[in-house]
Amino acid sequence: MKQTGIAVIGGGPAGLSAALEAARLGARVTLIDSEDRPGGQLVKQTHKFFGSRKQQAGVRGIDIAARLAREAVSLPGLEVWSRATVLGYYDDRVLAVERGGEFVKLRAERAIVATGASEKVLAFPNNDLPGVYGAGAVQTLMNLHGVKPGKNVLMVGAGNIGLIVSYQLRQAGVNVKAIVEAAPRIGGYLVHAAKVRRAGIRIYTGHTVKRAYGRDGVEGAVIWRLDRNWEPVPGTEKDFEVDVICLAVGLSPLADLLWQAGCRMRYIPELGGHVPERGRDLETSIPGLYVAGDVAGVEEASSAMVEGRLAGLMAAAGLGYAPADLVAVKEELHNQLAALRSGPTGVKIRQGLAQLGEPYNAN
Amino acid sequence: MLRIQEHPILRFQKGRPVRFYFDGKELEGYEGEPIAAALHAAGVKVLRESARFYRPRGFYCAIGNCSSCLMIVDGEPNVRVCTEKLREGVRVQTQRGKGDLRQIKAGEGN
Repeated sequence: MKQTGIAVIGGGPAGLSAALEAARLGARVTLIDSEDRPGGQLVKQTHKFFGSRKQQAGVRGIDIAARLAREAVSLPGLEVWSRATVLGYYDDRVLAVERGGEFVKLRAERAIVATGASEKVLAFPNNDLPGVYGAGAVQTLMNLHGVKPGKNVLMVGAGNIGLIVSYQLRQAGVNVKAIVEAAPRIGGYLVHAAKVRRAGIRIYTGHTVKRAYGRDGVEGAVIWRLDRNWEPVPGTEKDFEVDVICLAVGLSPLADLLWQAGCRMRYIPELGGHVPERGRDLETSIPGLYVAGDVAGVEEASSAMVEGRLAGLMAAAGLGYAPADLVAVKEELHNQLAALRSGPTGVKIRQGLAQLGEPYNAN
Repeated sequence: MLRIQEHPILRFQKGRPVRFYFDGKELEGYEGEPIAAALHAAGVKVLRESARFYRPRGFYCAIGNCSSCLMIVDGEPNVRVCTEKLREGVRVQTQRGKGDLRQIKAGEGN
């Protein structure tokens, strides 16, 4: 059996930030990630980030990933296990890990779960046809591997992801025929919506997909209008000849490991689905097991990075590696989170966290 | 052509060109890219047939979460080709129904 101080599961923005924070404080950290190199979904985010300078605003996601990953592999005390998947977390603080085809047991005094989220699907006839892809999948295919998803795309969802990916499709030379949004208004930031509109892409708010059609793949999609009660209106159908339907209809926390570990979970739609109960400092109902990032509630990468730092700080402090000004550092991170969640774009997150209850119910 | 030739922000670093086989047919892709990406670039979107209603399936999440893209790779069924890397000469087959592990023992699958 291998030993470590803190195991961080997931090498995205939250996990990388957690691992770096804890290792800088002197803790022994093992970062476990399924890919060739850490970075998570930042590796395909070509757009520039928002927020303040502390959260790397103005920097592209791909560059943030590279910077964090570079530091992670050079920091003594931080070991990165790439191409490894955690299969289970057990009462005696032992993690079962598949690493390069081998089964490994790792005893960790503290663990931070930062497994992120997975893409939701929308229900409509023929939504299982090849050509119906998640927006993240389209980003991966095109921004990471340089392959276009198809020739003509119908984008479903006008939140930030739907808008950004529409723009990125254009950058890659793919035609976006329209964006469909069920809500009466655009959910994403107006700066993204304006970019998309300047590119000549029409956004149909108050519309949804009626059905897709095609034999061995998508050949077209029919949309129709929704009335004030979200009921479809017959006779308002529009037909689009597309070979790709891209679904940007939200994410849900990838919480399988937390369920298996026995964390107390709650269903909170505002946070994307089932999320773990946790204290203000991100410890779950299982002492010594922390969460950070989208797995704790779907937000932005910027807040995931701050949550990661907080979880890393607290896990390290629990092992005797607290900085002299622990309370001040902690409060500074809480302040950053509050700032990121302030304003109209943070309403859903604030409502979701309020349902968890102060101080978020764990322990 | 689905390969992106020019991009305002990104430069794509590809491995060397390699040959591989899809249902016996020779195709070309780049070493180290996901098998699903190589197949997609070659115009192959149907990766398997669903177990109950035999419906065509492609990939969905492209990052190894959803298992929509299971194929038979060098005789091994249920391989997520969205994360499995392309190698020279690899034999990829459309998976019909549930993967049968006995295929590995028998050394079948091309």
